Formats: sequence, structure tokens, C-alpha cells
Amino acid sequence: MLLRHTPTEIADRSALTINPAKTCQPIGAMYAALGVHGCLPHSHGSQGCCAYHRSTLTRHYKEPISAGTSSFTEGASVFGGQANLLQAINNIFTVYEPEVIAVHTTCLSETIGDDLPQITDKARKQGSIPDGKDVIYANTPSYVGSHVTGFANMVKGMAQVAAPTGVKNGKVNVIPGWVEPADMEEIKRLAALAGVEIILFPDTSGVLNGPMSGHYHMYPEGGVTMDELRSTGDSIGTLALGEWCSADAARYLDSTHKVPCRVLDMPFGLQATDRFVDALRTLAGRSVPDEITNERGQLVDMISDMHQYFYQKKVALVGDPDQLIAMTEFLVSLDMWPVHVVTGTPGKKFEERIRELTADLPYEVNVKAGSESDMFLLHQWIKNGSVDLIMGNTYCKYIARDEDIPYVRWGFPILDRVGHQYFPTVGYKGGLRLLEKILNVLLDRTDRDAPEQSFELVL
Amino acid sequence: MRKVAIYGKGGIGKSTTTQNTVAGLVEMDRKVMVVGCDPKADSTRLLLGGLAQKSVLDTLREEGEDVELEDIRKGGFGGTWCVESGGPEPGVGCAGRGIITSINMLESLGAYEESEGLDYAFYDVLGDVVCGGFAMPIRDGKAEEIYIVCSGEMMAMYAANNICKGIMKYAQSGNVRLGGLICNSRNVDNEREMIEELARKIGTQMIYFVPRDNDVQRAEINRQTVIEWKPDAPQADHYRNLAKAIDENEMFVIPSPLEIEELEQLLLDFGLLAA
Repeated sequence: MLLRHTPTEIADRSALTINPAKTCQPIGAMYAALGVHGCLPHSHGSQGCCAYHRSTLTRHYKEPISAGTSSFTEGASVFGGQANLLQAINNIFTVYEPEVIAVHTTCLSETIGDDLPQITDKARKQGSIPDGKDVIYANTPSYVGSHVTGFANMVKGMAQVAAPTGVKNGKVNVIPGWVEPADMEEIKRLAALAGVEIILFPDTSGVLNGPMSGHYHMYPEGGVTMDELRSTGDSIGTLALGEWCSADAARYLDSTHKVPCRVLDMPFGLQATDRFVDALRTLAGRSVPDEITNERGQLVDMISDMHQYFYQKKVALVGDPDQLIAMTEFLVSLDMWPVHVVTGTPGKKFEERIRELTADLPYEVNVKAGSESDMFLLHQWIKNGSVDLIMGNTYCKYIARDEDIPYVRWGFPILDRVGHQYFPTVGYKGGLRLLEKILNVLLDRTDRDAPEQSFELVL
Repeated sequence: MRKVAIYGKGGIGKSTTTQNTVAGLVEMDRKVMVVGCDPKADSTRLLLGGLAQKSVLDTLREEGEDVELEDIRKGGFGGTWCVESGGPEPGVGCAGRGIITSINMLESLGAYEESEGLDYAFYDVLGDVVCGGFAMPIRDGKAEEIYIVCSGEMMAMYAANNICKGIMKYAQSGNVRLGGLICNSRNVDNEREMIEELARKIGTQMIYFVPRDNDVQRAEINRQTVIEWKPDAPQADHYRNLAKAIDENEMFVIPSPLEIEELEQLLLDFGLLAA
């Protein structure tokens, strides 16, 4: 009972977060930056920030994560970080030779007010950025928003390199949001099947799930190229998957370069994937190919075959807004009952959306967003209204163990299992995998708890 | 829309000059938003008729990050929009960060959108550019013209020169330019000539010489701009002239700040002339 001190009674809290359901902005910025080909992320702040962000990503992806840091000292805090960043840009291009550096700020550099556009401009003017190379950047103070905000800010930083030539490239920008490398691969596969040429950014597939080849590549094959990013201003449209992760960048391209955007939910589950595929179909101007229709049919088949096991099962969810919205819709479509939904990322609109999605259910959902919405609260809600399933990141394992509740690892970070790098959970195929994972834990529980006389061979 | 930032030494009369000038612009049918970047939150007192306003940072602290534009801006004299950044109590926290947060928030809420129909946004910035936060209004894409309020006193000129160093740094990578010095007279000997010479050496102009007049203080006691309180006062006309000079200004430069010896020599020359 590691969490035995969590009381059942819920008291009002105003200035205390326990076991937060979010992490630092720069982790999101760093993950997004790794989805650019030949990119070295750079943390503009003290060394500890960078070490933490790198290690968390390494623990989740089981891959080495390289990133630079401005290594602030007391001097830099007083005099500003310009000298450190100029030196860093110079060193990185000289020693590590990336195509592009993606600089994100930290709490300290934000508070002292370092101006990244001005500093990078100076670096360019003094010749520290070689011809054909780039520096992109994002402001990521951790005391605002969450890791999701940092991700969205860096994705917007990518959109800001768009340089329209005036000639349309016939492609569609797809901004996948914070999903796994395997999910990005799946989105590319679906688009290719639908016959739509896309520019996917960021794209961490091939970067954070690459093969062991016997050779170390500091910059793996994958990632969206800078040329592709520049070309996003010439695209015929943008599909942004997820309001929190992707909409800012899409709206930037829309308002600055008149690339029309649509914001969709992340394609988790049947209906959200339907809408994504429908958007692709409309853009391609042709009907949905049989391959995709068949995959959909398989998902529908599994839903109907196993419906009895999903029916009215109560679920507690914790994660990030875009993922939770799509997952809540999916669970409701299975006749499961999402009863507690928690995210540490702020957003009144999130709460509204979850209430809309659960409006027809015979109970009122517990939903909360923001810094006072944490795993401690989720645990208390569970103590007051038990559930059949918990879905969330690795930190949920403590609650699942204490309360003895079946648990599916889903979200970020997953520090104690593998698979998320390689098997998608988006699209119809991903829906099948989610169902498999949910069924496995539910049926394992049934088996575990069944008395000998009703321990069934066939379920 | 023109985005203007007013800088100058503490206590030199930035807020008073800004608000009186804005009142002059309003009379010329300009739509103006004033953003006070001072933790004391007293930059819009004369336009609002008192310190009634809840600051952006107070609102942020009390209501969290879901703030609406209407929560933080208030209508003032002649259809102006007034916003106060606010900030921490003296001696605690970080006022500079407050300015960064506040200006970012106004941007994300769309206060500067074309649909708002603004002709001017004025940033009234506290004192010297002491840290990165206080330079926020002159970062690229924010204010594009700076006016420095100063007088013929040594410390005011010293501060003006320092502010020019800040502007120069940002002007090299962005569009921010110095529009001129506003001399808010302290009745120093040879004041007009001295500030004109300082302006010339920095590479700019003295855009207006505002004489000292106690009507300014009387209007302040009544929580009004001079133009509102006593429209026919001579001082009201001075502010109208300053507003006109800014409205018609076409001289925008990257300043070349003086070495400290040069600045002291200037003071010596004009001080000696008077003696």
C-alpha cells in the first residue's frame, strides 16, 4: 500500500498538487524537435533541466536522446543567456554538424527574459549558422501549461519556417500531435493508402523507433526535413490532429500563408479515425480504398464480438487533453463508462468537451483539468467510486496496485514496459490493439478471480 | 496600427505625459489602447478617473489561465482601452516576468487584432530597462517606435542614454526605432538647448518640449488628464501639440548612445554656459 496515506475524503485544495498529471514544457518541445530530420534539440537554461528532459525521453523510448544545453551559471542568470547561446550555436554546428538546432527556453531563461529571435538573428549575422543550416525555436516556460503546451509551441516554431514560393506543392500538411513514432508511421500509411501526399510534422518515426544496425547514427534517417517544413506554406491544406497539440501551428499557417486548416480529434478509436479518413478522402477526391475499409470492418467486428466484456465497465482515465477526448469518445462507443477523467494540462474547453461526449450516459462524469487536477485526486475519486479499469501512464501503477484494479498503460510516459514505440494505437489497426490491451487485462482479472467451478476455457 | 513604447527614468512623468498625449490623440479621433507595464498599476489612472482597474496579473492569479479580454481591459476617456499589467508588491517576485506574461496574454487574446480597429497601442514602461522583462515591449514585432521622456537633469539624461543602449541592441535584429526624446521640463538652465543637443548626438530629435505647469498636478488630483479637466488651459495645448508631433513623426532611427564622458561633457558645456 504505497499510497495508503491517500484519504477517501476529498478536501478542497487551492495551492497544492500531489503526483501531477503533467510534466515540463521543454520535454514536449524536445520530443517534437526530434521529429525534424538532422535536428539537435537545445535547452536554453541550466544543465539540470536538459538532463531531466533527456532522461525522461530515454526512459520512455529506450533510445539515446542527444541534446545541447546553454549551461547557465550564476553569471548567465545575471547578465542574460545571450553569450551562452551564441557560443552553443557555434559549438554545435562546428562539432556535431546537425542540419538544424531547435532551441527551447526553460523557466530560468524565460524569467530573465532572453529573446530567442534576437539572439538567433545575432548568431546568423555573426556567421555562426552555416549556409543551408537553420535554427528554430520555441518559448517553453514550465510554469505555463504543461508538456503538451511545450510540444505545441515547438510545432508552431516548425510552422514558422514556412516560406511559400507561390507555387502549390499539391501536398497536405498533417500535424499528428503528440503520438508515438509508431502512430506517426501509421498516419503516413493511412494517408498513402488514401492516395494523399502529405508532409507530416513532426515525424519521430525512424528516429525514436529505429533499428539496431551496428552503427551509431547521431541523426537517424527519419524526421521531417527542413525543405519539407519550408514547403508547408505551399501546401493545399493542413489537417491538425488535436486542438491542444497541433491547432496553433495549423492556424499560424492558415492566417499567415492562407493554407486552410481543419482541426480534427486525434484518430484514436472508431469514430475519430472515421473522421480522419473522411478528411483524407475529401482531400484526395476519391473513395476510401478497400484496404482501409477492411481494416475498419475488422475493428467493428472485434467490437461486436467482444461487446459483452466492454458493456458498462467503468474506466478511470488520466492523460493529455487531445488523447483523452478521443479515448473518451472511443470508450463511450464501446458502451464502456468513463467515469473519472483527469489531465494536468489546463483548459476549461477540455472539461466541456468531455461532458458533451458523456452527456448521454446515466451518470455525471468526474472531469478536471489544470494543475490542481492530479493523480491524487484521481485516486480519491476511485476510492469514492471504484472502477473496472484504469488507463494512463506508468505513474498509475501505484493506484492500480493499491486498489487492485486492472490497468492499461497508455500515454506518456511509459517507463516500465515496451511496445508503444513499435505498435500504433491510432487508426483502425491501433483501435484493434487498444481493444486487445483492454480485453487482456479485463479477462486476466476474470480468470484470476474465477472460482474453480467457473474457471472457463473459452471466453 | 502604430505601437509606441514610452520609456524614461522613474518619476520623470512618463505615465502623466503618456496619458495626456493619448488624450490629445483621442481628440484627433485616434483609437488608442494604453498598456501600463508598471507593477504599481497607475499608468491609466487619469484616463480611467481612478485606480479602479484589476490588473492582468491579478486576474491571472485569481482566475487561472482561462482569462477573457474583457476581464482585463477597461474603457477610459474618449473611447481608449486601458490595460494594466500589474505585478508583485515591492521587494518580492519578478516584475519583469510580469510584463512578458502580460504582453503575451494580450497578444494571445487578440487585443492587437485588426478587428479591434486600433490606431495606436501605447506601452508605458516602468523606469529603466533593468532586465529582459522590461525590454519585452521593444522585442521584434512588439512596439516599433520608442519615445524617451527626459529632462535636463543629469540622471534623467543618463537614464535616457542607457535606454538607447537597450533599443540599439534590439534594433539591430528587429524593427524597433527611436522616435525622439520628449523633454518634460524641470526648469533646468538651458534645458531645451541641452536636450536638443543630446538628441542630436544620439542621432534623434527632441520631438517636443513640455513646459512645467502646475495645471498638470491639479488635473492629477482630479484624476483627469489636463485636456479633460481644463480643455482651454495652455498646457492642454502643449499636449495636443505633442500628440500631433507624434502623429506626424517620420523620423525613426537606430540610436547611437553616448559614452559617459561625452554625456558629462555635454552637461558641463551647457551648465557652464549658464554660469
